[in-house]
Amino acid sequence: MPANLSARLCSFALSLFLIAFALPAFAGPFEDAVAKFANDDYSDTEEAIGVVASSGNTLAFPIISALQDGRLMADSDSKKVYVTGADGKSIDAATGQPVASVPDSASAVRLNNRLRRSVDAALGSLTLQSPDLGTRLQAAQSVFKSHEETALEAVDGALAKETNKSVKTALGEARAAILLFKPDATEVDKLEAVATLKARGDQEAMALLTGMGDQPASVTKAAASAISSIQGSLAVWSTVQNAWYGLSLGSVLLLAAIGLAITFGVMGVINMAHGEMVMIGAYTTFVVQEVIRTRYPGLFDYSLLIAVPLAFLVAGGIGVLIERSIIRFLYGRPLETLLATWGLSLVLQQAVRTMFGPTNREVGNPSWMSGAFELGQITITYNRLWILCFTLAVFVILLAMLRYTALGLEMRAVTQNRRMAASMGIATSRVDALTFGLGSGIAGIAGVALSQIDNVSPNLGQSYIIDSFMVVVFGGVGNLWGTLVGAFTLGIANKFLEPVAGAVLGKIAILVLIILFIQKRPRGLFALKGRAVEA
Amino acid sequence: MLTKSTHDIAASFSRRGVLAATAGLMLGLASLTGAKAADDTIKVGVLHSLSGTMAISETTLKDTILFLIDEQNKKGGVLGKKLEAVVVDPASNWPLFAEKARELITKDKVAVVFGCWTSVSRKSVLPVFKELNNILFYPVQYEGEESERNVFYTGAAPNQQAIPAVDYLMKDEKVKRWVLAGTDYVYPRTTNKILEAYLKSKGVAQEDIMINYTPFGHSDWQTIVADIKKFGSAGKKTAVVSTINGDANVPFYKELGNQGIKAKDIPVVAFSVGEEELAGIDTKPLVGHLAAWNYFESIKTKDGSNEKFIKDWQAYTKNPKRVTNDPMEAHVIGFNMWVKAVEKVKSTDPDKVIDALPGIEAPNLTGGVSKMLPNHHITKPVFIGEIKGNGQFDVVWKTPGLVAGDAWSKELDGSKDLVGDWVGKKCGNFNTKTNKCLGSGS
Repeated sequence: MPANLSARLCSFALSLFLIAFALPAFAGPFEDAVAKFANDDYSDTEEAIGVVASSGNTLAFPIISALQDGRLMADSDSKKVYVTGADGKSIDAATGQPVASVPDSASAVRLNNRLRRSVDAALGSLTLQSPDLGTRLQAAQSVFKSHEETALEAVDGALAKETNKSVKTALGEARAAILLFKPDATEVDKLEAVATLKARGDQEAMALLTGMGDQPASVTKAAASAISSIQGSLAVWSTVQNAWYGLSLGSVLLLAAIGLAITFGVMGVINMAHGEMVMIGAYTTFVVQEVIRTRYPGLFDYSLLIAVPLAFLVAGGIGVLIERSIIRFLYGRPLETLLATWGLSLVLQQAVRTMFGPTNREVGNPSWMSGAFELGQITITYNRLWILCFTLAVFVILLAMLRYTALGLEMRAVTQNRRMAASMGIATSRVDALTFGLGSGIAGIAGVALSQIDNVSPNLGQSYIIDSFMVVVFGGVGNLWGTLVGAFTLGIANKFLEPVAGAVLGKIAILVLIILFIQKRPRGLFALKGRAVEA
Repeated sequence: MLTKSTHDIAASFSRRGVLAATAGLMLGLASLTGAKAADDTIKVGVLHSLSGTMAISETTLKDTILFLIDEQNKKGGVLGKKLEAVVVDPASNWPLFAEKARELITKDKVAVVFGCWTSVSRKSVLPVFKELNNILFYPVQYEGEESERNVFYTGAAPNQQAIPAVDYLMKDEKVKRWVLAGTDYVYPRTTNKILEAYLKSKGVAQEDIMINYTPFGHSDWQTIVADIKKFGSAGKKTAVVSTINGDANVPFYKELGNQGIKAKDIPVVAFSVGEEELAGIDTKPLVGHLAAWNYFESIKTKDGSNEKFIKDWQAYTKNPKRVTNDPMEAHVIGFNMWVKAVEKVKSTDPDKVIDALPGIEAPNLTGGVSKMLPNHHITKPVFIGEIKGNGQFDVVWKTPGLVAGDAWSKELDGSKDLVGDWVGKKCGNFNTKTNKCLGSGS
């Protein structure tokens, strides 16, 4: 009997134990919802996000944020869902109990764009009162974007506690967006919402106002006036934006052309292989980044700074080699130079294609080259801004070098009057080689910058060679300032034409304009006065 | 002095002449022995650019055919003969494509040619294949509106890529406003014409469609991306349908990422961006943007055929990171179909093989079986994939079954009554309304 009794007690205890553990797993809608993550079905996941986010459960935030980062693991066989932390520790998503390890059969819950929007909206309302300022601001912005009615309470709660001014504004805007789309909001609330959005005055505000659907007459009227006022201010901003895009395109043109301004502009060599020097610079960047990636990953943000001098040396070295082995035999024979350098450009392209393969090579953007910031209503991307600064710096350094260094003086002397320079004791052939090397080296530097915005492929140079010649000829051969003004003029003209005429027609229009201009002034914007470059 | 030096030059020239002659003789001998060996091999022409702008895409396809021939020869070849590849380089130069095609057929006497990428290169070789009556397998998605007796189209027709992609965006993403952005040449222009007609038939208003073309290799996308952003802020869900060609894509996606346009706000669905193209970009800012293809490297198959293909391919190329893509799969299907047709008629005679090909089935790499249709297009599944952070795609949608390729688009007025039928009607552009064959084929 006692044995029997103990067995019974035992089984009773066991069943109690089982119930105690089984309960949380099947207890409520929260646990059911969490289990749905394991179905690997987008609509089930969406449903689960909604239930979990509005559950008020303390696990809601860790689950949803893990889902966003791809750290929510689900096992479709056992229907178990786990949250893996950044520290490598994992918990059971339904119970919050720590687990020793996530089974191998579990995989990250998949998202598509629709779900990413739901996740953002859910996280938005969950993090409105986060202690971190940036998170709160982001949360307010996600709520603004999703403007779902369910978030109103959370927004009101957060507004009451918020002390930071910019977060408060963002919350106010989020509230306005919700009210505008809430069918049963009062007319007064809606009018106030329209006013708030009008004050925000950007494209997103306009999107909400245009897409708000049926509204009372007074609200529709207020919205229409708000839209036209926003449109007015956006039109002004779009002019500013075009000007900025023009400057940015101009800086790219200048950067690509500046080396050619030396080899073609100053030396008079029709250098069709100029584009390939740019390409070699870009590939140098690639090689530098490859080495950094495999050996010193911590240095990645400095990769461009390391690549700049190397690209200058590599491209410059090849330039000197080309000058010594080919171009020096062809001075004064423009047609042969053109053909020889064109052939050389094909040889260099194919050499790079053989060495690195025909496909694009990945050159990463360091963190300081990625992203953008808002200036009023325009977006300025960091990579373009840095390229503009870099171009101007290269230009100034080059100008200073030509003006203040002995080599610069010799270069100018040789190109202006070779025989006189030679009789003054300047080794003209050495200066020729160095000048060509300098032009090529600068093209190489341009390649480092261009690798940040364009493909790094063997064809990289081809796309810049025509533009570069255009800039140099337009600006006036032999004049660096002409190249600068020419590049920026073409860039800005192009960017103001593009919205009107489209990219294809815009480019054609620019070419036609240049042809007409060259007909009128064959020597470009800034013709070199006095003794012309000796042939 | 003068005479002497001229004599020297002449001497050196003749010495060079002797050298050249010897070299030529040796080459000639080599080609003679080659020709002798060729009697018991079947020659397969490979017409893909290995230099110039298109080398970026086409070199891989050349390697694919070499790989397939290698595999086939390991299995004993075809009809008891080994296959022998004849590789030529048309150098991304359209007229050169026609020249090289002629050289392959008349000089090398190939039994079949696998080649071309751009539509303009295909159009350039068409007359050659018709005149010399040979077979071309064309592996790339294209604009349709063509059905030729000598060409077999193993890439997607617009109804096997563009239309399903738009359907997906309409249904799943509830897109109401459309940007059709493309490079300015025949494929994007025709595809966009078809898409525009299709969208309008679905009730999309003209003002909700923005069409934008850019030159080849366009690299400054600032204005266009800002325009897209502006177009997308009209309070309706907006998407971009991109027929932007290869090289221009990298700066386009970089600009999208930098200007903060996320896939969840304005998704971009691309028809020319695959695993190879993504290999040149950091894809983290692009996660969620879409591509429509008939094959993705990441697709898992029940019978493991895709996994095996990837493994064998990486072993063949000795590169464990080498990716696979859709046009490669098209070549795999086309090659196997050709092998089956040749084995069926026990001959490589082009006329016999052309007649045997329609109806031939070959497994594709995604677990299904594709079939050659009477209009010389094939049946394919359509997949929509989302870009992942590692440069691969995650399939988010697929058609329930295989989609038959339409040679002539049902959306365009000029072509909706046409069908290609090389089995019954023996005609590439048969008008079903007037019951007449229009002739030429394209």
